[in-house]
Amino acid sequence: MANDRQYSYRKYVLGGAAVLLILVYLCRLFMLQLMSDDFKRNADSNAFLKRIQFPARGSISDRTGKLLVYNRPSYDITVVLSEMKSMTEQDTLDLCKSLGITREWFDRRMLEIKDRRRNPGYSPYTQQLFMTQLSAEEFSNFQERIFRFPAFDVQKRNIRQYSYANAAHILGDVGEVGPADIEADDYYQSGDYIGKLGVERSYETQLRGEKGVEILLRDARGRIKGSYQEGKFDRAPVPGKNLTLSIDLELQQLGERLMKGKLGSIVAIEPSTGEILCMVSSPTYDPRIMVGRQRGANNLRLSADPLKPLLNRAIMGQYPPGSTFKTSQALTFLEEGIITPSTAYSCSGGFHFGRLKVGCHGHASPLPLIPAIGTSCNGYFCWGLYYMFNNRKKYATTQQAMTTWKDYMVSMGFGYKLGVDLPGEKRGMIPNADYYDKYLRSWNALTVISISIGQGEVNLTPLQIANLGATIANRGYYITPHVVREVQGEPLDTLYTARHYTKVSARNYEYVVEGMRRAVTGGTCSSANNPWYEVCGKTGTAQNRGHDHSAFMGFAPKDNPKIAVAVYVENGGWGATYGVPIGALIMEKYINGKLSEASEEKASSFENRTIYYGSSQR
Amino acid sequence: MAAVKDKGKGILASLDWVTIVLYIALLGLGWMSVCGATYDFEQGGNFFDFDTRSGMQIVWIATSFLLGMLILTIDERLFDTFSYVLYAAFLVLLFATPFLARDIKGSLSWLKVGPFSIQPAEFAKFATALCVSKYMGSTDYDISRWWNFLVSCLLIVVPMGLIVMQRETGSALVYTAFFLMLYREGMPGCILFAGISAVLYFVVGVRFDQDALWGIQAISLGQFLVMTMILLFTVGMMRLYTEPLAPVLRVFGYGVGLTLSALLFSKYVIPFDVAWVQLGVCLVTIGYLFYLAVKQNLARYAYIGLFAVGSLALYYSADYALNNVLKDYQQTRVRVLLGMIDDPKDAGYNVIQAKIAIGSGGLKGKGFLNGTQTKLKYVPEQETDFIFCTVGEEEGFLGCAVVLGLFLALILRLIHLAERQPYASGRIYGYSVMSIFLFHVMINVGMVLGLAPVIGIPLPFFSYGGSSLWGFTILLFIFLRIDAGRDRFVHN
Repeated sequence: MANDRQYSYRKYVLGGAAVLLILVYLCRLFMLQLMSDDFKRNADSNAFLKRIQFPARGSISDRTGKLLVYNRPSYDITVVLSEMKSMTEQDTLDLCKSLGITREWFDRRMLEIKDRRRNPGYSPYTQQLFMTQLSAEEFSNFQERIFRFPAFDVQKRNIRQYSYANAAHILGDVGEVGPADIEADDYYQSGDYIGKLGVERSYETQLRGEKGVEILLRDARGRIKGSYQEGKFDRAPVPGKNLTLSIDLELQQLGERLMKGKLGSIVAIEPSTGEILCMVSSPTYDPRIMVGRQRGANNLRLSADPLKPLLNRAIMGQYPPGSTFKTSQALTFLEEGIITPSTAYSCSGGFHFGRLKVGCHGHASPLPLIPAIGTSCNGYFCWGLYYMFNNRKKYATTQQAMTTWKDYMVSMGFGYKLGVDLPGEKRGMIPNADYYDKYLRSWNALTVISISIGQGEVNLTPLQIANLGATIANRGYYITPHVVREVQGEPLDTLYTARHYTKVSARNYEYVVEGMRRAVTGGTCSSANNPWYEVCGKTGTAQNRGHDHSAFMGFAPKDNPKIAVAVYVENGGWGATYGVPIGALIMEKYINGKLSEASEEKASSFENRTIYYGSSQR
Repeated sequence: MAAVKDKGKGILASLDWVTIVLYIALLGLGWMSVCGATYDFEQGGNFFDFDTRSGMQIVWIATSFLLGMLILTIDERLFDTFSYVLYAAFLVLLFATPFLARDIKGSLSWLKVGPFSIQPAEFAKFATALCVSKYMGSTDYDISRWWNFLVSCLLIVVPMGLIVMQRETGSALVYTAFFLMLYREGMPGCILFAGISAVLYFVVGVRFDQDALWGIQAISLGQFLVMTMILLFTVGMMRLYTEPLAPVLRVFGYGVGLTLSALLFSKYVIPFDVAWVQLGVCLVTIGYLFYLAVKQNLARYAYIGLFAVGSLALYYSADYALNNVLKDYQQTRVRVLLGMIDDPKDAGYNVIQAKIAIGSGGLKGKGFLNGTQTKLKYVPEQETDFIFCTVGEEEGFLGCAVVLGLFLALILRLIHLAERQPYASGRIYGYSVMSIFLFHVMINVGMVLGLAPVIGIPLPFFSYGGSSLWGFTILLFIFLRIDAGRDRFVHN
């Protein structure tokens, strides 16, 4: 009994040790269960096989309902590397055989998958893309044997299919996401597709839909054990939205025909809505070569082409607008009160001031505004700018006059991106006072006189020229041009419904419309005249280091215009040579719905006319 | 007959119902966990189907109840009477088992009895506990007499050795729990301490042998830690068992100072193994201790010196034995035991999966039958040794806290009951039971949490299996029966 009492304190030592032990274990449990999410994530990646269900990408059709782009099923093969351990050499060889690949290709692909620089999303526990875009025939061979390769799985997805060889620049294409895309948006995983160009890119979020996911349970040996909680956490894919373009496929096809063998662009806009009816950039390419596993090679070949077929010249080409720009000058001078419709300036073969000479062609002199536009008199607009910039009653300095001028130009949509719903639009160039202050030691109206005839520092995109036509057709406003008319189940962005008014009043637009009508009835654009409707137009012949560029900007009919068009043919010479006839054919096709026999003949002859471009000229 | 009836009534009144409630609660939660661990997502499951493990566990639980009630009807003095016979019988059985058993996953511990397999090692525990408590409970037993102490140790070590022969190292290690009981009965604390120290030296030394300290490749972390422990333990014992403070401070000051300066030198000037400096410090300290022993004629200094010598000898011999004497596969077994490699084929897999399963439970867990890691067989042995993973995954931190709390309550209750026994033998038996439960919980839960070496022993009342459940039930109910008879002493 002595021992009892002597050592009974030890019950506290032992009890205390037990309490301490349990406390230590609780702390450990606290750390494991509450301090970190890693184990949870780990457990999920262990047990859940997240099979992604790819939504169908939205289809694209033209304004008349013709289906332009749709989907075709294709099969991707994925692999979970951590599950490959059980694979024997014989299995690997069988796999290669049934997929029609070599053993070397297999090994190389495995290395690529594991390379975290090329594949930042790599994890041995998640599905990695092994092979993409197998056709149904290629896949069927593999499907029979797939049960033997538990590490491999198949995901069905859709690839793009194009009905027509046209409108490549507008439609764009889809390709595998790059590391930057994955970085920028969590939605994407390696191997996903993303719009690369055209509306595929600018309407990516609408077209792609939402990926769905099916959560399956997978045991430690990789066997599927049914769906997790009867699919309570599965998400069905949300299909992408269909797009209706404002493009008229037939008009687009005609435009592409007419531009064959030439560099340049045609843009046609419906003035009342800002909808782009056709947008041709030449040279173009067949969008059908940009799908499937050949995309990479074709893309490389096109980007290496010196004529730059991938460039959408309609929005990325920045050209001197030449005489088409004179309309904007007339509007500015009228609104600022520099001229009235009856103001006449003399033109003796051009604009002469001291040693400065801007040439013109033969016409009566002096001329008031409307015939000046009709004959495209250089002298008239040079004088206009001269008197504007030197008007010290209105403007304290030349700089101030320049700033006013620039504000007019910007209000007409020049000098900045218009905001078309296509990627890569360029802003063009409208110089301002700061620009000249910076680059010229001293300058005055005479130094910059060529901007009044759309030369010098002024650059516009064909889209901006077409938009100028639409603005004049609307007598003073434009709606930001756009190629998508309707996104299924979604209202159009207000950017594409709001009117932008210029700084010029509608009254003054009427004089310019008259001038452009005069150019068609008895001036530079007479070949565009036709018995069916009243065309208004303006040629442009832009001086260039090489052969002049041929340009045309016009709209029809004069009242309630249905179409405004800009044509720009690089090195095409006079505006009347290519610009006017091409513009006339586009308008005729759109307004009449077809070409007359004579016009069809003309179109064929244009289709076969090729301008040869030396590599030094571009 | 009337007398017998009377006694039965007395048992119900004096039975410790708190322990019974804890026992039933743990069994209930344990059964839920077995259901969770064996549920199949695809086939769903009827938990009462005897073809399933959850169904079979009901059989084991029911028979355990019967067994418990049977034990409660036995006169507790019978345990005392037959304890030596029982012990001897179990020694024979344990000895015979490896010759009779079929090899199951390398273990020779399972005997086939009709359709069932039983593991004698699980039942040997209560026999050993009864025998030891009878021996130590006799009035002429004095633990401070060395032969008395030696016999107690032999009673414990012999079955332990026989179980090792069955290649059930884990079950054998459970017998070291009896030393907790011996400690309560007056075994000098320093023996327990020395034992724990030896385990620490071995585990830490081998476990961290290949790790570098503070980025210095020359230093083995394991060796450094062991040397530091030897020095600190020696200083601690000097402080505890000797009076004058000056020598303590001297040894501590020089030891820590030299070690730190050597460490800094190694880090910033020339990298070398600081353990040599520490070894030097230890040897000088040992010399100093013997000098003090002789000079002051105090044996205690010599004992402390011997402790330090023993520590060094043990560490170096263990290290040498592991690396030079043991064959490769034996080294692997030791390392597996220490959790350095869990599975020779796939290093770290088991413990990592166990941690993932528990860690993914979060605060409230995934809910009953919703655990994925255990059911999809990511966790090994999920219904037996790793059953706690299911608790962690499905019931979360709260569930784990409840389970651990119940175990703690049971252990503290057992200490309380043991302390109220009128006979030393009752108390000794009670502490044996408590120690065995504590050891099982400590090792099993510690292993699952990655804090203890992977030693395959069951979690009482949770792990699936008849042998272990019967074994624990017998162990516990014999004590409850002994406790229920405690008043007889007063009435007599």
